Amino acid sequence: MTAVPGRSAPPGRDSAATAALPPLARYALSLGDDALVLAQRCGEWVACAPELEEDVALANVGLDLLGQARSLLTYAGEVEHADRDEDALAYRRDEREYLNAQLLELANGDFAVTIARLLVFSTYQHLLYARLAGSADPTLAGVAGKAVKEVAYHCDHAGAWAVRLGDGTEESHARMQAGLETVWPYVDELFTGDGVDPALVASGVAVDPAGLRADWDTAVTAVLDRATLRRPEPGSSARGGRRGVHTDAMGPLLAEMQHLHRSHPGATW
Amino acid sequence: MNAAQSPTNPPAARRDWPLWEVFVRARRGLSHGHVGSLHAPDAEMALRNARDLYTRRGEGVSIWVVAAAQITASSPDEKDAFFDPAADKVYRHPTFYEVPDEVLHL
Repeated sequence: MTAVPGRSAPPGRDSAATAALPPLARYALSLGDDALVLAQRCGEWVACAPELEEDVALANVGLDLLGQARSLLTYAGEVEHADRDEDALAYRRDEREYLNAQLLELANGDFAVTIARLLVFSTYQHLLYARLAGSADPTLAGVAGKAVKEVAYHCDHAGAWAVRLGDGTEESHARMQAGLETVWPYVDELFTGDGVDPALVASGVAVDPAGLRADWDTAVTAVLDRATLRRPEPGSSARGGRRGVHTDAMGPLLAEMQHLHRSHPGATW
Repeated sequence: MNAAQSPTNPPAARRDWPLWEVFVRARRGLSHGHVGSLHAPDAEMALRNARDLYTRRGEGVSIWVVAAAQITASSPDEKDAFFDPAADKVYRHPTFYEVPDEVLHL
């Protein structure tokens, strides 16, 4: 897709810490950070979702994502050989070292924004993990093989809600459309493959996300059509997350996520 | 909840989310057992909510959801008339037959 000149954010530059990562660790970390940050956002719905059943559903989605994050972060730590386990990576990195796409750190907003983001991201993850399950790296293939089933359910859940909200009342339709407009500028970053080492792709270890875009478009458009929603116009295009450049929302998210661990280093339950 | 709302006059949102009864068949089981209930706007969402609420720990491999309004239940007041007459009619029980070992699930 052609970016509107002057309206796309520059991708940013790696921090020194990020640049020092072995490519495989960086790849696992970017996948893991996506899952970790969205898990954190899902957790914010616990005890305040619109219905009790949805509370459990969103918590389950968050737990699935957290499980993926744990496996991926642990693997990144092993590959890196710098004695960092999953906790060190989750709780003791600084903002510039997180490699998640900016989509995941966006505030939850109302339920429609949350569902729009989940729809967009879980569709991408489903396609990604389906391909990654065939990775030349057995650990990544294993994580993906298990995760693809979890994420199929996330897609289904988000799609079911998108259809009901979109093809619902005037208010639910308006909010769902607004939710889509809110997350749409952050879609492109999922597919640009910033920071993915081409050698990893060539060797069959990593998946080049650009190759997922067409299928993603088809799947999401099908849901939007059933939901009587309008596909947002291409406009500004956020980038930078894959290089550790994040939005204003990331700081408070990390503060809340890391606070307990940093206040009581080494504490166990 | 405002003064006009009550359990018999739920707010509009609750009226749109009817009650569903959930039945789950365990992996080794042969029949679905009742495990609880939930609220959902329609049957598909009820099924998904049931999956989230009642099979989190691998309890089952099959789920039925039935709108609670569709279930006709025997009344506790009629319990005596309904069930007592069967209690002392020994001739109805198949206790005088020997069931062969090959007959399963009887």
